[in-house]
Amino acid sequence: MTNVNEKRKEWEEKCLKPWLRKTGQREERFETLSGIEVKTVYDPADIEHIDFLRDIGYPGEYPFTRGVYPNMYRGRLWTMRQFSGFGTAEDTNRRWKMLLEEGETGLSTAFDFPTLMGIDSDDPLADGEVGKVGVAVDTLKDFEILFDGIPLDQVSTSFTINPPAGIILAMYVAIAEKQGVPKEKIRGTIQNDMLKEFHAQNTLVLPPEPSIKIIVDIFEWGIEHVPKFNLISISGYHIREAGSTAVQELAFTIADGMAYVEAAMERGIDIDRLAPQLSFFFNSHNDFFEEIAKFRAARRMWAKIMRDEYGAKDPRSWWLKFHTQTAGCSLTAQQPLNNIVRTTIQALAAVLGGTQSLHTNSFDEAWALPSEEAVRVALRTQQIIAYESGIPNVVDPLAGSYYVEWLTDKIEKLAWRYIEEIRKMGEGSMLRGVLRGIENGFFVREISDAAARYQREIEEGRRIVVGVNKFTIEEELKIPILKVDPEVQRRQIERLRKVKAERDNEAVKEALEWLRSAAENDENVMPPIMEAVKSYATIGEIMGVLKEVYGTYKKPIII
Amino acid sequence: MNAEEVVRGLLSGNRRALARAITYVENEYPESKEIMKQIYPKTGKAHVVGLTGFPGVGKSTIVSKLTEEFRRRGKRVGIIAIDPGSPFTGGALLGDRLRLDGMDTRKPLWTDPGVFFRSMSSRGRAGGLAAKTGDVVRLLDAFGFDIILVETVGAGQSEVDIIEVADTSVVVLMPETGDEIQVNKAGILEIGDIYVVNKADLGGAEKVERWLQYMLSLDEESVQMLSQMTHADEARLASGEFFERRKGWNPPVIKTVADRGEGIRELADAIEEHFEYMKKTGLIDKRRRERVKRELFEIVMNDVIKLVKEKTDYREMIMKLLKGETDPYTAAEQIVEEVIHNAGKE
Amino acid sequence: MEKKIRVLVAKVGLDGHDRGAKVLARFLRDSGFEVIYTGLHRTPQEVAMAAVDEDVDVVGISLHSGAHLTLVPKVINYIREYGGNPEEMLILVGGIIPTDDIAELKKMGVDEVFIPGTPISEIVDFIKKKLPEKRKGNER
Repeated sequence: MTNVNEKRKEWEEKCLKPWLRKTGQREERFETLSGIEVKTVYDPADIEHIDFLRDIGYPGEYPFTRGVYPNMYRGRLWTMRQFSGFGTAEDTNRRWKMLLEEGETGLSTAFDFPTLMGIDSDDPLADGEVGKVGVAVDTLKDFEILFDGIPLDQVSTSFTINPPAGIILAMYVAIAEKQGVPKEKIRGTIQNDMLKEFHAQNTLVLPPEPSIKIIVDIFEWGIEHVPKFNLISISGYHIREAGSTAVQELAFTIADGMAYVEAAMERGIDIDRLAPQLSFFFNSHNDFFEEIAKFRAARRMWAKIMRDEYGAKDPRSWWLKFHTQTAGCSLTAQQPLNNIVRTTIQALAAVLGGTQSLHTNSFDEAWALPSEEAVRVALRTQQIIAYESGIPNVVDPLAGSYYVEWLTDKIEKLAWRYIEEIRKMGEGSMLRGVLRGIENGFFVREISDAAARYQREIEEGRRIVVGVNKFTIEEELKIPILKVDPEVQRRQIERLRKVKAERDNEAVKEALEWLRSAAENDENVMPPIMEAVKSYATIGEIMGVLKEVYGTYKKPIII
Repeated sequence: MNAEEVVRGLLSGNRRALARAITYVENEYPESKEIMKQIYPKTGKAHVVGLTGFPGVGKSTIVSKLTEEFRRRGKRVGIIAIDPGSPFTGGALLGDRLRLDGMDTRKPLWTDPGVFFRSMSSRGRAGGLAAKTGDVVRLLDAFGFDIILVETVGAGQSEVDIIEVADTSVVVLMPETGDEIQVNKAGILEIGDIYVVNKADLGGAEKVERWLQYMLSLDEESVQMLSQMTHADEARLASGEFFERRKGWNPPVIKTVADRGEGIRELADAIEEHFEYMKKTGLIDKRRRERVKRELFEIVMNDVIKLVKEKTDYREMIMKLLKGETDPYTAAEQIVEEVIHNAGKE
Repeated sequence: MEKKIRVLVAKVGLDGHDRGAKVLARFLRDSGFEVIYTGLHRTPQEVAMAAVDEDVDVVGISLHSGAHLTLVPKVINYIREYGGNPEEMLILVGGIIPTDDIAELKKMGVDEVFIPGTPISEIVDFIKKKLPEKRKGNER
């Protein structure tokens, strides 16, 4: 390696420096989006400390840096899963059927705010919000319509839902029963990740400890009843959207994952039974190579953690499987067609990073829920990458790149530093560390500082956003904007009223009583939730019981 | 709204008028003097309770829970929350109204008509208060609040000005995890009528509680010695005022877990007891006398400085001083002469 | 003493996206304003009460949930109900608001709508310029 180092010094003196004197550089210092300084060029000396067999290896084998499966997309392409939902169940059902026809291979559900917060469409707090950012679901009846004509043994469905995640899972299982599909066969994911809600996304209902208790209940119940269903999607996407750096996104997500694993192990759950049903969810942002390095580092970190820290024995338990969504926060309202380009770059990073499934944003997403045309372009983006670019034909093609391996290692090291800091806060326990961090505002403050820093860079013109602070035009927006029919709220409330009138209210009452007792006696809440859901109890009624027992959480203000 | 309208509105219970009055007074609008003159006779009924303590001890949560508790006891509560203003930009991030959510999040305290919450920036002033806190307290008093809670900026050792506006000063602490008691800092021991150890469910709570009880049991001399070792405000200590302040009242140390509402009832009891004690022993009049005197001198000083600026050649004096043609004492004597002389002319 | 401009940055409704509101609060503070941030999930009544009690000069409502046409007029009406005067304040809305709705909001009494990507310096300048203008137009 001395030859390389010598040569490098020579190159810097004889070749680079004179050139710089003549032509200069665009910036004084070049950094990734997260602030990691990057050099002009990388060489073997930069990755001397990285051992191919130990740190990179082959896909499908520890430490899985190159991918969780041996042949990745040569075997099966990533799932093209576009997040969608709006209005009533009928509207969403229609949009889903269209997407399936257009070639989407997995369903992904967006719920409206009242549903996300566990309140019913007729609640005064829901006024004006019903069906706006996603589909309105109050009872099992809505699910029946949502999945009408969609066979649960042939699709996998992802649900972006957190406080009421158990209720939604129960509804899906109930539908499977109605369709005659054994619940052991149903596939999909519930996001069910409350920790990131406390850090960033803010869909908050119950306090942290009861939230975790319920998640572990779902783990315990889920590994028995729905072994093919992902019981959680440990998310970094939202943390990134709230303004964090890539390193923070990685570190906080892994930390949350560790917290959940520790919570499950405290309950006595066998880690090798649970691990295959854990999944992750990352953001894919603009800094192309940083994102790829982040995904690779994530896999390597998780493999080490599961095998060496938590002692998982089955190699499948060491896999970090993830879904990716391209960065919503990077989209601009100005010159919206530019967003297609951004999404493409971000999608490429996700594919080169080895994602298991991908959502690409639509170009009009800064304005409102995506139009049909925009959604189609987003899907085509994935299909063109898949079928026309040749990228999926070789696994982890960037491995061995001096820059990419150096950056992967760098990001991993920086993320470990955060992990150790959180571990210290918890006096050795990641679970307690994360809870302490939520209590003292550690995560919120880190994210908020990063967001403020980013905005300052934009305001001062040090960071360019094309079309916004540079290359701007006088524009009038002509994209079709999808608006939600205000009738939706009225129709949904009417349906809810009808369900409440026609159901067996005694059965509902009994189920809710059972739930209350289970919650108060620290029993698993899933069986009573299953019962309540089947008797057409509403989400608001079920969450209401949990709120009464566990209290409601109010987030401290940290700006 | 002019001064008349504001005062009339305020005294008849119009919140908007109260809010507007506070704005005028805080910013020294021309109307503010007139307003203060007119409402002054209606003040003196409220119990003013100040809360101070380092950032993060949980003052806001305690304010919120105390408000709830006092409401339950049928009292109307006015709250002033003071946050630090940036000395560089003059701006400030104020108020943590969120804390006022109370137990029933469907009907937060925030919208309870018996509660009024106002945020103020300290605007760079040291000591923990905003310059006009005293006047704003009076406005709330005249409006009719039974209890006025003043939550100060909790930045550290010099945040003792609370005693200038409060009848009862509550010092909030929390358990410490280190070996050294951080609380051994100036002022904290001297100003509290009630001490609270919040987050008492954390390890180290007993240690702080015992330390406080011990320190509060020491005599005057020992405390002075200790505080001198830790850079106390010498002037205050020298006056011996601190022990005078208590005059026989043994400051209780109350443990709370404010998040869960534990200890709050005891705290509210202690606050009410202190008020009764002060009234019974005449201590309240003594404190108010001191407060009024200090305030009068402050206002007089401000007015005199204004006179100096308006009616004297102070700028010439400054030039002379810079040139070495006179000294500050002579110059001051001459300025005072001029003020008296000119005032006499009016 | 110079009158500081008091701004209420409000998140109304169930929308939990607070990145924009928090960054805005910081920048406004850095521009010399006194800022009160309401935190998340506030009802229109809570926002209105804060606006009146704190006697703010500007009410900034941040929304990403599409519920603006319902929630914003509620805030304005409650301000009036609590004795405040929306004509004395600047009412600003920020977030994901379709262009079609901007005119509608302005008719309801909103002074300006700021879409994503607007530099915060623009918002600061707007406040500094428009506040005295609006006040001059109405008797204080």
